[in-house]
Amino acid sequence: MASIDIKDVRKAYGSVKILHGVDLTIQDGEFVVLVGPSGCGKSTLLRMIAGLEDISAGEIKIGGKRVNELDPKDRDIAMVFQSYALYPHMTVAGNMSYSLRLRKTAKEKIASAISGAAEKLSLTPLMERRPKALSGGQRQRVAMGRAIVRSPKAFLFDEPLSNLDARLREHMRGEIKKLHQDLGATSIYVTHDQIEAMTLADRIVAMNAGIVQQVGSPLDLYDRPANLFVAGFMGSPAMNMFEGTYRATDGAPRVELGQGVTVALAGPASTADGARVTLGIRPEHVVVGKNEPESIPAQIDLVEPTGFGTILHANAFGSDVKAFSLERGLAARGDTVSVSFPVERIHLFDTTTGSRIG
Amino acid sequence: MRSNKRIVATIAHRAAILCYVAFALFPLFWVLKISVTPNDLLYSEGVRLWPSRAVFDHFDFVIRHSDFPLFFRNSMIVSLSTAVIVTILSSLGGYAMSRFSFRGKFWIVGLMLLTQMFPLVMLIAPIFKILSPLGLTNSLSGLVLVYVAFNVPFATFLMQSFFDGIPKDLEEAAMIDGATRFMAFRQIILPLTLPGMAATLGFVFTAAWSELLFALMLISGVDASTFPVGLLSFVSKFSVDFGQMMAAGVLALIPACLFFFFIQRYLVQGLTAGAVKG
Ligand SMILES: Nc1ncnc2c1ncn2[C@@H]1O[C@H](COP(=O)(O)OP(=O)(O)O)[C@@H](O)[C@H]1O
Ligand SMILES: [Mg+2]
Repeated sequence: MASIDIKDVRKAYGSVKILHGVDLTIQDGEFVVLVGPSGCGKSTLLRMIAGLEDISAGEIKIGGKRVNELDPKDRDIAMVFQSYALYPHMTVAGNMSYSLRLRKTAKEKIASAISGAAEKLSLTPLMERRPKALSGGQRQRVAMGRAIVRSPKAFLFDEPLSNLDARLREHMRGEIKKLHQDLGATSIYVTHDQIEAMTLADRIVAMNAGIVQQVGSPLDLYDRPANLFVAGFMGSPAMNMFEGTYRATDGAPRVELGQGVTVALAGPASTADGARVTLGIRPEHVVVGKNEPESIPAQIDLVEPTGFGTILHANAFGSDVKAFSLERGLAARGDTVSVSFPVERIHLFDTTTGSRIG
Repeated sequence: MRSNKRIVATIAHRAAILCYVAFALFPLFWVLKISVTPNDLLYSEGVRLWPSRAVFDHFDFVIRHSDFPLFFRNSMIVSLSTAVIVTILSSLGGYAMSRFSFRGKFWIVGLMLLTQMFPLVMLIAPIFKILSPLGLTNSLSGLVLVYVAFNVPFATFLMQSFFDGIPKDLEEAAMIDGATRFMAFRQIILPLTLPGMAATLGFVFTAAWSELLFALMLISGVDASTFPVGLLSFVSKFSVDFGQMMAAGVLALIPACLFFFFIQRYLVQGLTAGAVKG
């Protein structure tokens, strides 16, 4: 096991820049999740750490040692691919022992290592099968097994669960978390699924367009998103965002949202009076009531029951306001209700730069 | 109604295939028939499907009293060497084409295509001119050299399409597991390309086995003649010994048949895999 240091790492394919300077330190034993939309450069960064992609500029250290010039085989890391990349002409046992055989490990050691890994992943009855004869979930576990048979400095995962159906994905998510708690190995996990990121990570690295947007614990990112991108990306149903004008005259900071609706803020924001701002509030924080004073009148457009709760779409001040409630039967389509935004739950962003300002 | 139609369609389909196969195999049958027809019956019995008396005299003569075994051996050496060398070269080249982008790749591919554009007849004189001072005319190695040169471009494209069909992830996984790129190629990629290699091997072997033009032009002595050239020796100034010629032909078919018999399992996989991809 080892820490990983990434210093101002850049990647360009010819003149096309993919990564614009990534800085990141991953502690020994930490589980870090890289999350971001498709094409933002997550895989590229992971593959650079693995040594499968050249580093255009910057430096990567594994366990304090610079690895920029090292071949993948000399970096002592293990990787689980989205496609699993199982060797089709080898059995499960052959797939799992390949790395050990390359290292000329003694036969008895190999046998005990793969039987241990097989046990952990309940693969024992499948050891003599070829990948062709396995289900998707089983293949996924073999790919995991191949990574854990040797004790590498770090585990890299590139969307390992994307090819599984929802139920299995949820199950394997738990398995991966348990495995990490067991082994305590440094892990970097790439996904575009924010739920996976939230549930697995010690620390999340949110990326967009080749730039790290925010690094922090899952709840940090959820509760205090650093900018509009993170605010919109984390959480489902997604955060409500309303554009408005910031007003701070007469000592009462507030946002004018249009149609005469004004929302009070808890404190002053770090911007000037009259600035264009975006007010964000998570659907589960929107309070839906019946014509309370101090609240905004709204009409229910759409009711989406999820079983777990209900998503209400209300039309207020010309915008769609989503509210999530665990209560059922709170309102029906066509009802006139009122919505309010508790001040301590409001996020405020600069509309042009996207940064958090309050 | 519907199933009737389907039955008719199936029958028509099979019949068409049967016609085609019969058409394609008839000359081979005729070769076989003449090879067992005694000389005295060849012109006297008219056109019939099988002679009234079948004998193996021609085979006996060809094997024991002609230069045919020598031709046969030469052909075997030339075709096998060509097939093996071309398969090795085109596997390496095809892998590079499939996996790497390197300077001049575009021009190399262009040049390789260019070599496929000329009628071979045009090239005989220059090639003779090149090989002659090197002492490579009238020698089997010269012939192998020429065959290899002419088969490598196409075989490389063929092999490239097989490699393209194998996901990059596999060798990347192997390299992370601790293999060098060459080990990943040899232990992971090559075993998966065996069908492709068998197809290439078979294709090049038959091409070299039946090649006549260069064999005829570059080789003048009996010692280095291959069997297609040897077949011509049954044509003398005054007559053609059809019986012996056909017997030699039948014998020459055997290695090609055996070869395909052994690789056909891979070949069908290989050609279809290549076809889907490439
Ligand atoms: N070999 C390549 N040549 C050019 N562009 C590439 C190459 N590989 C990836 N890219 C580009 O880099 C960007 C990031 O890709 P990737 O890291 O795979 O994204 P992610 O994994 O976040 O979905 C994409 O826009 C992709 O088109
Ligand atoms: Mg990716």
